[in-house]
Amino acid sequence: MAFTFAAFCYMLSLVLCAALIFFAIWHIIAFDELRTDFKSPIDQCNPLVLPEYSIHSLFCIMFLCAQEWLTLGLNVPLLFYHLWRYFRCPADSSELAYDPPAVMNADTLSYCQKEAWCKLAFYLLSFFYYLYCMIYTLVSS
Amino acid sequence: MHSPDGQGYSPAVPGSYSHQMPAKVPPHQSSGQYSYSGSQNVSQLNNFQGPGQTLNRPPVAAFSGSPVQQPGPAAQVLPPALQNSAAVSGAGSFPPGASPPVLSNWQYSQTPVSQPLGAQTSHLAHVPGTGSAQPPSSLPGSTNPAGSYQYAASPGAPPLQNSYMKPGSAPPPVTQPLTPLHPPRPPLGPPPVGGPPRPPAAVAGPPSAQSVLKPAVNQEGDARSAASDGSVVQNSYDAIEGGGLMATPHHSPAAPNLKVNRSVGYSYPALPPGYQHTSPPGAPGMNASALQYPDGSKHFHQPALGPNHLTASMAGLSLQQEGLRPVNLLQERNILPTTLLKAPVPNLHEDIQKLNCNPELFRCTLTNIPQTQALLNKAKLPLGLLLHPFKDLSQLPVVTSSIIVRCRSCRTYINPFVSFLDQRRWKCNLCYRVNDVPEEFLYNPVTRVYGEPHKRPEVQNATIEFMAPSEYMLRPPQPPVYLFVFDVSHNAIETGYLNTVCQTLLDNLDSLPGNTRTKIGFITFDSTIHFYSLQEGLSQPQMLIVSDIEDVFIPMPENLLVNLNENKELIQDLLKTLPQMFTKSLETQSALGPALQAAFKLMSPTGGRVTVFQTQLPSLGMGALKSREEPNQRAAAKDIHLTPSTDFYKKLALDCSGQQVAVDLFLLSGQYSDLASLGCISRYSAGSVYYYQSYHHKHNPVQVEKLQKELKRYLTRKIGFEAVMRIRCTKGLSIHTFHGNFFVRSTDLLSLPNVNPDAGYAVQMSVEESLTDMQVVSFQSALLYTSSKGERRIRVHTMCLPVVTNLSEVYLGADVQAITGLLANMAVDRSVSATLSDARDALVNAVIDSLAAYRSSVLSIQQPGLTAPFSLRLFPLYILALLKQKAFQTGTNTRLDERIFTMCQVKNQPLVYLMLMTHPSLYRVDTLTDEGALNINDRTIPQPPLLQLSVEKLSRDGAYLMDAGSVMFLWIGKNCGQGFISQVLGVPNYGSIPLNMTHLPELETAESIRTRTFVSWLREQRPFFPILYIIKDESPLKSSFLQNMIEDRTESALSYYEFLLHIQQQVNK
Repeated sequence: MAFTFAAFCYMLSLVLCAALIFFAIWHIIAFDELRTDFKSPIDQCNPLVLPEYSIHSLFCIMFLCAQEWLTLGLNVPLLFYHLWRYFRCPADSSELAYDPPAVMNADTLSYCQKEAWCKLAFYLLSFFYYLYCMIYTLVSS
Repeated sequence: MHSPDGQGYSPAVPGSYSHQMPAKVPPHQSSGQYSYSGSQNVSQLNNFQGPGQTLNRPPVAAFSGSPVQQPGPAAQVLPPALQNSAAVSGAGSFPPGASPPVLSNWQYSQTPVSQPLGAQTSHLAHVPGTGSAQPPSSLPGSTNPAGSYQYAASPGAPPLQNSYMKPGSAPPPVTQPLTPLHPPRPPLGPPPVGGPPRPPAAVAGPPSAQSVLKPAVNQEGDARSAASDGSVVQNSYDAIEGGGLMATPHHSPAAPNLKVNRSVGYSYPALPPGYQHTSPPGAPGMNASALQYPDGSKHFHQPALGPNHLTASMAGLSLQQEGLRPVNLLQERNILPTTLLKAPVPNLHEDIQKLNCNPELFRCTLTNIPQTQALLNKAKLPLGLLLHPFKDLSQLPVVTSSIIVRCRSCRTYINPFVSFLDQRRWKCNLCYRVNDVPEEFLYNPVTRVYGEPHKRPEVQNATIEFMAPSEYMLRPPQPPVYLFVFDVSHNAIETGYLNTVCQTLLDNLDSLPGNTRTKIGFITFDSTIHFYSLQEGLSQPQMLIVSDIEDVFIPMPENLLVNLNENKELIQDLLKTLPQMFTKSLETQSALGPALQAAFKLMSPTGGRVTVFQTQLPSLGMGALKSREEPNQRAAAKDIHLTPSTDFYKKLALDCSGQQVAVDLFLLSGQYSDLASLGCISRYSAGSVYYYQSYHHKHNPVQVEKLQKELKRYLTRKIGFEAVMRIRCTKGLSIHTFHGNFFVRSTDLLSLPNVNPDAGYAVQMSVEESLTDMQVVSFQSALLYTSSKGERRIRVHTMCLPVVTNLSEVYLGADVQAITGLLANMAVDRSVSATLSDARDALVNAVIDSLAAYRSSVLSIQQPGLTAPFSLRLFPLYILALLKQKAFQTGTNTRLDERIFTMCQVKNQPLVYLMLMTHPSLYRVDTLTDEGALNINDRTIPQPPLLQLSVEKLSRDGAYLMDAGSVMFLWIGKNCGQGFISQVLGVPNYGSIPLNMTHLPELETAESIRTRTFVSWLREQRPFFPILYIIKDESPLKSSFLQNMIEDRTESALSYYEFLLHIQQQVNK
């Protein structure tokens, strides 16, 4: 029973993960509203994208510092995906992932929706994984 | 829940209708009328029912009786039908268990309880026709016309039924009178009326009938209006135009019918022609009548929406031969037709086709829509629409009616392809919901007859304009507002454009579209922004300079945009002095971004049009750009900057779009100006881009003329403000991507702050659910705009196309020009999102894939060579032309701005002009004759045949005119006849033709007149002004001329024959 740095990381990520789950759900709703005409693409929210990316990269840094290699390994693919997304977007990063004129394209829209669902699943799973790991690190040693 | 807009359903006054702008119908009916009619309602309704009941109700009888008892003909025809149903896959047979009529009957009886009276009324009212009339040439002894057959067949003997329907002359699968759009009709529906439509049973004196039926309508009207605008707060235009909530799929009670009523396929005859002669004499007649009057039940003649049974049956075979004839491209050298290619005609019933939308306005890449996405994928052709919705039309019916009839669930406007179940109900052709015909709609203002909703102009014209009532407005219609933003930096003054523009503007000030409310304003900018106060009472315009370009503000709240009529003198004053004001300016910087921001701020309260003239790369403030072009790498397909370098212009454009401001950009620049970034301002705000390369008033006089002419057209053409366009299509189809200048607001809605008659749009479609039960699908585009006169109007185009089930028919209906146009649009997207070479590969692959698919799936005999369906015989040629077009070419020295401008044009031009730009027309003009000439307004316009674009077609002793859309070349051969040179060009001999000749002298010789009328006729047909270059062998422009010789080989591009060989190699792999 020891309150290690790793345990702290897991606790923090547990909390932040809840936020990520919220973001993902928010995106799902937003895209659904777009599709069903309730909303103009201009209102489609980009502001939540950058926080999401930064929270997730914070995780990775924390786990790197805590030397939780397995957890880090699980998160690295998504980190790379985010980096790719981030650098692939147009010059001014404020538009980030969702470009209002382009997002209504049927392909883009369904891609974004799928992305949001996949992220939701990933964050949910990792939430429980962090919970487990937190307890595990607290209990062991 | 519906109160204020009751007038929309005001029962009393039927809409008036006229071709001109009619006086509006008094909009508000007093509520008194409502109550009055309401009180009368019961007794009168009963009254109305009366006649119906007195008449016999044969449907039932007919129902049980007919098929089995059919005399001779049926038996005779049986075998072919059976055979056929086997031969044509599934087309001839009903799906198992299908019993359409019965079900539909049920549907009827289930009509909503809320309005039983209305429903029943219509039922009965229609019965009278039953049984009494025979088709003119009907079967001997048969008392049951088509309608009844359908019934009879359903219970158990599909083949028999079919056989009946497929008598003699008609090749089997083609004969199916029951079209899916009319399925539920029969039960009530008495049989076909043979001859001319009989007067409807329900015809009553208009006044009385009106009051009779009113109550039901009122009720309905309330319900509808509640549905349409009640619950949802209309906070956006799209809600108003009618998408929004109501567009969500709504299962109408009638839907099941469709499922049941399997569309018996229309396919090209699979039977040997021999069968045509085996049929009994009576049969063809019956067939014909059944086909022509499939809706006898309606008492009025509304042609079947199905494919063109009759035509197909009669001409099917020859059609097949012509349309499906494989063409061996390697062997047929002269493949180009000598006249301009026309859009293919959809294979629909003549009467329907007659009503169909003009292909210049609305065109589909596949005039035979594949039934499933799988089939579409197999064909490897893109499915999409090309629209030119706001084209100037010489004849456009305008309807002023207090009520605009629309489907309650999908908000489709009533159109020629809906079906009337009876007088009181119509079925939407997009979502298949059954709607009520409102009371007023029964009165036809054109013929002044009551009870003929199907004769109303809305139902007779595929293109129509409605005057929109106040429900279609979010705010009072905006006045026309024009703001001109001029670049006055040193560079701009140097080009001298300001003189031309101000002069043209002065000349056309009175013809600017508008009314007494028209407002106009001016901004100029260099490194600062100058506003002009045109306050009344000032002796001369007052200039206000804002030098804080980081945080732009409007120096005074009023008088910057002023009423054109009240301040005309001041405005004219300003336009006269403006060109001289900056002649001494040494300021070289350009603050375009801040100027646009200022323009946006100035315009945002009203919306309107901003016209920007820019001559260089913006260098100051927001939106400053850096040169990205590397002249040495122009030829390479890699690493060229097609994407915008900043989001500034895009974001500003989106803001503009939100405030109903459109920005048109005139770029007159000699140097690189990063059109890729600047163009965004127009692209997303639904503006247009004009580019005059190296404009200079002295050095480049032809550009000056071009600017003058095009600016004149730009200033005086029609304009629509605060517009939205929605494209609806039959359930099952969905919109994939839009192409053009606009902002996509929702899956099917485009926001167009301005709409102009020279803009075209393209739409990619996909088949989301298979269109199993449909014989036809429809597309409808509705453009809601505010005219320059301050009226809210809706322009609606509807197109109807048949659905097919096999691949060969998909190829048969391919529209090669539309396909090329759509592919060009897709290629522009691809070159921006990926690379230019990707886009080029995609274009080539499109040809290879489609021809390979055709070869493997349609052709039964594998012939050597490269075979293409007849409809696609020009496909490789057009794609090659695209590859050699400025937008996509590689290997030649194309300026980046020019390339991007061409891409903008591809996106924004209507198909006709795009095709001309891609594949120019070549005519021989030294031998023009009046043979086959057109006569328009006493002018004789010669029509020389089109030549193939190959130097091989040029002869040294001729003169050839190449019309490449925005530019024309007149090439004079070295040994050209002396007569032509002296009589048309007005010079003594070949050697004395000047190198930079751009005008034909006005000589009074027959040859000269002929040539000039021909050239001016070509010019008149387009909104831009093509410069005519007269070139000979030594001319510097000869290379441009030769580059347009698409079939020939150039240093970097394949010749047509080589291209074909390349494709053949890939196809046969």
